[in-house]
Amino acid sequence: MYKSWWKILGAVLVVYSTIFGFLASVPKLPILYESIRNLYFHVPMWFSMIVLFSVSVFHSIKYLSSGNQSHDLKAVESVNTGIIFGILGIITGAIWAKFTWGQAWSFDVKQNFAAIALLLYFAYLVLRNAIDEEQKRAKISAIYNIFAFPMMVVLLFVLPRLSDSLHPGNGGNPGFNSYDLDQRMRVIFYPACLGWILIGYWIYTLLYRTRILEQKSNNNL
Amino acid sequence: MQLINQVKYLIKKELLLEWRSKYALNGVLLYVVSTIFVCFLSLVSVVPITWNALFWIIMLFASINAVSKSFLQESKGRQLYIYTIASPLALIISKTIYNVLLMMLLTVIALCFYMLVFNYVPEDLALYVVATLLGSLSFSTIFTMVSAISSKAGNGGMLMAILSFPVIIPVLIILIKLTKNAIDGLDRSVSLDEIGLLLIINVLVMAVSLLLFPYLWRD
Repeated sequence: MYKSWWKILGAVLVVYSTIFGFLASVPKLPILYESIRNLYFHVPMWFSMIVLFSVSVFHSIKYLSSGNQSHDLKAVESVNTGIIFGILGIITGAIWAKFTWGQAWSFDVKQNFAAIALLLYFAYLVLRNAIDEEQKRAKISAIYNIFAFPMMVVLLFVLPRLSDSLHPGNGGNPGFNSYDLDQRMRVIFYPACLGWILIGYWIYTLLYRTRILEQKSNNNL
Repeated sequence: MQLINQVKYLIKKELLLEWRSKYALNGVLLYVVSTIFVCFLSLVSVVPITWNALFWIIMLFASINAVSKSFLQESKGRQLYIYTIASPLALIISKTIYNVLLMMLLTVIALCFYMLVFNYVPEDLALYVVATLLGSLSFSTIFTMVSAISSKAGNGGMLMAILSFPVIIPVLIILIKLTKNAIDGLDRSVSLDEIGLLLIINVLVMAVSLLLFPYLWRD
């Protein structure tokens, strides 16, 4: 958590993917045209969110088995960061939808489910606010986190595949791979994903460390 | 063996208590009947799609009311007593089974009254009944667990609603799709996907509840 090599790597990858995302050439696909460049931003946001929520569930499970307070703090801070990335994912998706599907909110199945998945985690934050006692709060929110995570996975991955959707890869549309996702895009896309995941993880560690310092200063008062 | 005995005994106790006071049953039944009646007065006759959607809205709120009573109304002393004599698994299983029975009964009565009042019978009635029974099963399993979580948090009713809505929405969407198929009278094989998915979600929720409830119980 305190080493810097992966943070520098993440920053370099994001800067690289952003600059080259706009400069490099992209395959010319109907409907998408230049907006396909949004792929370098929209999808990494969601991947980062999933990674952060997985980290959160991992720490919730750790908390239930050990009772160590730091796991609870890690769980809540990764949920906070994950929610921000989720909101960014929805915003980038809405911008993309405006240009390709016509409206910012196209009532696409995956869009709706993504919003509902975020609601799940907002409810998690509300639950935390409702309980005052520290240990009780940690335990109950850990339980709800573990309960909500499979639901989110079902919402985001299983259900859109079964119904009609505008997204590539769901509802009968071919996945992005069978589009012309050629080398030009892969070279920028994979580093972008990795870069944003690293940046997301970095933000989460910073939030967590701030919390720990806050706690220490409160205890010393 | 001990677990099954405990479960049987706890279910009998719940059913006995309920039969003596009939509080939950009558309360929710009154709620459902008056809601249906109000809808009838304002709408008089509805298109099948509206009929379906309205039914699920009424059932959703009725289930939240019915199932939230299971944990939120137990007094502290009685809960403590049960915790000392029964295992947590037995408690959650018995509460879930009791809620499932209650919800199924309520759903059947509500459906009959609903069909009577609006004078409309779905094309594929058998599939519709199966869908509503599956729906009440899903509602009870999910809401029992959420009610257990929110009862520990203290602020009760409102928290239960906030926690349960995001979790119940995927189930609701599948149910509405399934019942829409039943209303349109589509061939049964079309709906097999949705039925399978509902069963899988139920199993998933039950498994997670069984894993997590013992942690919740340790107070």
